[in-house]
Amino acid sequence: MSKTITIDGKVIPFEDGQTIMDAAMAAGVYIPHLCHQPEFTPHGSCKLCTVKVNGRNCSACTYPAMDGQEVLNETQELIDDRKRITQMLFVEGNHLCPGCEKTGNCQLQAVAYHLNMLDNHFPAFYPEREVDASHPEVMIDHNRCIFCTLCVRASHEKDGKDVFAISGRGIHKHLIVNAESGLLKDTDMAATDHAAHICPTGAILIKRTGYQVPIGERIYDHKEIDQVSLAASGSRLVAALPPSMAVGTENIKNGE
Amino acid sequence: MRQFIQGIAENSHYQATHLLQILRRIQSRYHYIPEAAIEQLSGLLNIPRTQIIGVAEFYSFFHLVPRGQYELLISDSITDHMLGKKSLLDYLAKKLDVAVGEVREDGVVSLDNTSCTGMCDQGPAGLVNGLALTRLDQSGIDKIAELINQQKPLGEWPEELFQVDDNIYKSGLLLNQQIEQGAALRSAFKRGIKETLKEIDYSGLRGRGGAGFKTAIKWQFCSEEQQTERYVVCNADEGEPGTFKDRVLLNAYADQVFEGMTVCAAIIGAKQGFLYLRGEYLHLYDKLQSILAQRRQNSLLGNNILDTGLDFDIEICLGAGAYICGEESALIESLEGKAGIPRNRPPYPVTQGYLGKPTVVNNVETFLAAAGIAVNGSDWFANIGTEKSKGTKILSISGDCVRPGIYEYPFGTIIQTVLNDCGADDVLGVQVGGPSGTFISNQEFDRKLAFEDLATGGSFIIFNSSRNILDMVHNFAHFFAHESCGFCTPCRVGTSLLQKQIDKIVEGHGSAGDVVALEKLCQLVKNYSHCGLGQTAANPILTTLERYPDLYQSRLKEISFEPGFDLDGALETARRMANRDDAGAHLAQTDASGSRPVASLPPSMAVGE
Repeated sequence: MSKTITIDGKVIPFEDGQTIMDAAMAAGVYIPHLCHQPEFTPHGSCKLCTVKVNGRNCSACTYPAMDGQEVLNETQELIDDRKRITQMLFVEGNHLCPGCEKTGNCQLQAVAYHLNMLDNHFPAFYPEREVDASHPEVMIDHNRCIFCTLCVRASHEKDGKDVFAISGRGIHKHLIVNAESGLLKDTDMAATDHAAHICPTGAILIKRTGYQVPIGERIYDHKEIDQVSLAASGSRLVAALPPSMAVGTENIKNGE
Repeated sequence: MRQFIQGIAENSHYQATHLLQILRRIQSRYHYIPEAAIEQLSGLLNIPRTQIIGVAEFYSFFHLVPRGQYELLISDSITDHMLGKKSLLDYLAKKLDVAVGEVREDGVVSLDNTSCTGMCDQGPAGLVNGLALTRLDQSGIDKIAELINQQKPLGEWPEELFQVDDNIYKSGLLLNQQIEQGAALRSAFKRGIKETLKEIDYSGLRGRGGAGFKTAIKWQFCSEEQQTERYVVCNADEGEPGTFKDRVLLNAYADQVFEGMTVCAAIIGAKQGFLYLRGEYLHLYDKLQSILAQRRQNSLLGNNILDTGLDFDIEICLGAGAYICGEESALIESLEGKAGIPRNRPPYPVTQGYLGKPTVVNNVETFLAAAGIAVNGSDWFANIGTEKSKGTKILSISGDCVRPGIYEYPFGTIIQTVLNDCGADDVLGVQVGGPSGTFISNQEFDRKLAFEDLATGGSFIIFNSSRNILDMVHNFAHFFAHESCGFCTPCRVGTSLLQKQIDKIVEGHGSAGDVVALEKLCQLVKNYSHCGLGQTAANPILTTLERYPDLYQSRLKEISFEPGFDLDGALETARRMANRDDAGAHLAQTDASGSRPVASLPPSMAVGE
């Protein structure tokens, strides 16, 4: 008999080496997350995937599944607290959804909707952050960066480059690029890089593809992020692509 | 510069693990990390420049823009504040004609605050180009200002400015006994290595950093790992405000600490050890190096130690101003030349530590105690203390008392005894274990120092009844926000939100509901943060809120509405653009009745008039 854990009472099998997140996704159980994509080394920083394992809070994306674990995922307490953590991400940066090209395709926004986030709750920081539009094809809007490091990992692990890194400490953390000038145009970034398409928010965008899919017809306009996330992880074919690219060929054509 | 950097990279064998030490030397020479140095190092160490920038921007002692030739930092510990730090800093800034946080126009001097420098028993304290300054007062500052203005090299500064005293007032089991160099190792080999581990097990020794994991179990786990390349690390990054015992132990008992590390190496089978010394203790570096050299000469380090076949050596690595590096996995990252960001666990350092190899990380005091146990056996240690907390604890006592300094007590000692010994009267409360520990009020002085009651790494800050607890909470909230590594959302954003919320309440802008909001935020940061820093960052608020709820409530305004931000502050840019600063260009936070913001703007501009 294979090893199992339970998530909210549901028995879920796992294989050695799998994390709680791996096991949950394979079994069709959605655990909210932003810094995690199955194809990259788990990071465990956004803390949205926090679950209670035998009474203790653990990040599902990094914590190994072990036989007999009792995992709580959808308790009211966890849902409420995940909403607060999402609100922290919103107030820390400048996330103005109505004016953002990523709206409707944005995982941060979609997670917020999923968690029924209706306001910021916390006072906004309104940090002064810059836009790097120097690159001919790719732009960075630092206002929307949530330091998930997916672009860092994608560039390093998939593209074999090191275009991105996170620098600074504490609330002064910021995304930097690998160029003496500090500008994206002087890096070896290409629009075809995985790193250009992995951002869960609108911090990294491909130029001249904006609004090709009208608002109202975007990924999360009709589907909740749990469905999209599980559908993406359910198929090997699409699992190799980030969810934003994995839903329908239309989006790939449009460079979304 | 090219030659200088080539030289230090070569000395470091072009190893990226030495990045922190390399950057320390560059900062020390140029007072910043020049762009050209980053480019050159990137090539020499074969790492992306982003990795170098990431490290430079993580540690407080590195700068990408030039600081002064004299980098002056003044310790911002609550104990320094209690000794009049604020007015001294203002005086210093005036005297040197430089604003706090800035570099003087001529580039000679820069001035800033820094987190606790571990001189709480002899503050107000500071650092000049990394070297500790103690007992700062007006005349000392006059002297310093003059020396800087004359651009006198630090070597020519009067020694008394840098004098650091041990201030040992009460010795117990560990401090009473100066073990002869090599005695612990000889005893361990004579008894047998396995038997020595058993003695450490029977002694009941638990980690002295505060968490209290059983030392023998940690060593045994590490020794049982498959990987044969293993490491011993001594955590001398005591950054907890109010603690300074490791400074004293490394000044007066370093041989025994190194001996404890070597005993550990023999037990777990390590060939390499590291002493991770906090950057603030730079003044100890040369002395420690000479002790290591002497030990090598005496066959207590190096190859074939005491003819036993044991090969082991110790390298000293200096930190660069990051409290988080006291967390063991962050410390290991830092040893590897990276930003000190705590790792995901499992795996734990005993299985995958330094360079992914099994690693024991222990506190300075733990190694000291282990050396003592190796000599004297387990009973010597286990006969003292309580059932779950064997032996003694060395306390760093500071704050409102006659004799601040080092005190060693058997576990189980009650707080009142400690207060009597150090000469503390009229005590309001004690912060036990530093900001990440517990605040206890004067109703609780019968509580015990022990893992089963008040666990502590040793910081013990006394507040008398003239102190305002909210000043302390305010200081600690800013400390944690400053020191959060920023890896996880709840701590990165949460500690800054806590700082904002405490500022709001302390500054008198809080209104109904703000204390409740504060407490909820505390729970969120505590329950969801990645490591001990975030998990304890709310402790000063939670422990004082529990004891003095009225104190917080008394700061709230009895109004139904309070703007969530500083209205007048928000007008600053507009005032600058309009080039005005008259009364009409300012805005009060609320009107007299407290019902809404009030503007003293011309009627035509006043909102809603």
